[in-house]
Amino acid sequence: MASQADAHAATFSAAELEFLAEDELIEIVPNMRMDPLNLICGDFGPFRPQIATQVPVWLAVALKRRGKCTIRPPDWMSVEKLTQVLEAERDAEKFQPLPFHYVEISRLLFDHARDDIPDIYMVRSLIEDIKDVRFHKIGTGLEIISRERTYALRLKNLSAMEANIVRPFVTRALQTFYKLNSPDMIQESDSVSNRQPQTANRGPRRQLKDR
Amino acid sequence: METGAQDGSSGYSTMDDYESLISTTDAELLKRAWQNEKAAPQILRFEAALIQRSREQIKLMEETVGEFTRNGIDPLTVSLYQMDLDRTVFLLRSYLRTRLQKIEKYVFHIQKTAELWNRLSRQEKRFAERCIEDMEKHLDQSVLSKLPSSYKSHLKQSSSSEEDDMVPEPRLDTYVICRSKRFLGAFQLDDRQFPVNIEADDLYALPYKSIKPLVETGQIDLV
Repeated sequence: MASQADAHAATFSAAELEFLAEDELIEIVPNMRMDPLNLICGDFGPFRPQIATQVPVWLAVALKRRGKCTIRPPDWMSVEKLTQVLEAERDAEKFQPLPFHYVEISRLLFDHARDDIPDIYMVRSLIEDIKDVRFHKIGTGLEIISRERTYALRLKNLSAMEANIVRPFVTRALQTFYKLNSPDMIQESDSVSNRQPQTANRGPRRQLKDR
Repeated sequence: METGAQDGSSGYSTMDDYESLISTTDAELLKRAWQNEKAAPQILRFEAALIQRSREQIKLMEETVGEFTRNGIDPLTVSLYQMDLDRTVFLLRSYLRTRLQKIEKYVFHIQKTAELWNRLSRQEKRFAERCIEDMEKHLDQSVLSKLPSSYKSHLKQSSSSEEDDMVPEPRLDTYVICRSKRFLGAFQLDDRQFPVNIEADDLYALPYKSIKPLVETGQIDLV
C-alpha cells in the first residue's frame, strides 16, 4: 500500500502551475466590441477597440489566438527592467523580486503573443539568463542546507516554478535533518566518542538563511 | 479559508477583513482549497459550503452557456464562458479527486481517528466505508485467512502488537512550502527551536506539523 516515496513527488505538475499562472491579470487592447463577461472567476470588460482593459492571462491568450486583441507585456518584461534584474541577480547573493509566476507567464506570452513583445529575442534571452542565474543560486543555496543544520528555510522571492522544482529535495533534506536532530538521536550520536566535531554547529544558530 | 472573516479564529484585523472582502471570490477560495489539499500530507476539512456554492455556480453557468448557444449569441463569447466554466470544473474535480486519493491511501487511519473522519463529507464517508469493506475483504481473501489465527488482523502485525501497527498514516513531519498573506510574527516551530519570523508573502519550508493549526484556520496557505 502507501509508500512514503510518492508523498515526496512534486506536488504540482508544470501544467498545473501554468493553470495557476493563467489567473494573473494582464492588460490587453481589444480590436473588437464585446459586452462585459460575468465569469465565475470575476467580471471583465466591456471590450472596446483601442481601450485597454485588464483580464486574466488565459482570457488574453484566448482572445489573442483569435486575433481579437493585442497583449501589453507587463512592465517587468521590458529589456530595461530585465537587464537591471539580471545584473542585480548576478551581483547579489539574494534573489531579486520577480512576479511569482514569471516563468510561466513569460512562457505563455512567448508562445502566444510573440508579435506583441518588443525586442522579443532580447527579452527571451534575458529571461533565460535570469532563470539560469537563479537556478545556479538555488543549487549553491542547497549546499548551505547540507553544511549547516537548518530546520526552517525562508525562500525569499523564489517563484512558483522554482519552489516546485526544489521542493522534493529541500523538503526531504530538511525532514531528514529534523529527524536526526530529535533528542533521542542526539543522545545516541553524543555517546559515540569518535564522531566528527560537530558541536560547533549545534549551538543556537537558528536564524534563517535567506535563500 | 473562512469566507466570513468573523467566524475565523482570532488575530484577524479589520484590514485583513477588508482585504479578504475585496480580493476573495469563490473561484479564488476554491483554488486555495485545492492547493492546500494537494500540498497537505493529511486530509483537510471538507469545504462543504464552498463546494456547494461552486457546484451551484457551475450549474448556473452551464445553463447560461446553453441558453447563449440557443439564442445565437456570438460564438466567441460563448467559448469564453465555456473556458471559464471548464477551469472551475477542473478545480472542483481535482479537489475532490485529491481527497479521494488521500482517503483511499489512509482509509484505516482516517476511520479510527474521529477528528479526521469528521472532516469527510457525507459522500466521502460512504466512499471510505466501501473502501474499507473492499480492502478488508481483499486482504482477508488473498492473505490473512491463510495465516495462523494470531496474524489475521488487517490492522496489526500479530495479536501481540499493542497498537495498530499495520495502518499507513500520513507523515506529519513532512516539510511543506507555505506562504502567509500577512505578517504572522515570531512563530514557534516547536519546543526545541527558536521562533521563526513569518513575513507576509514570503515562502517558507516548514514542517507541516508545526503550522498545521495555521493551515486549518486559513492563516497560511500551502503552495
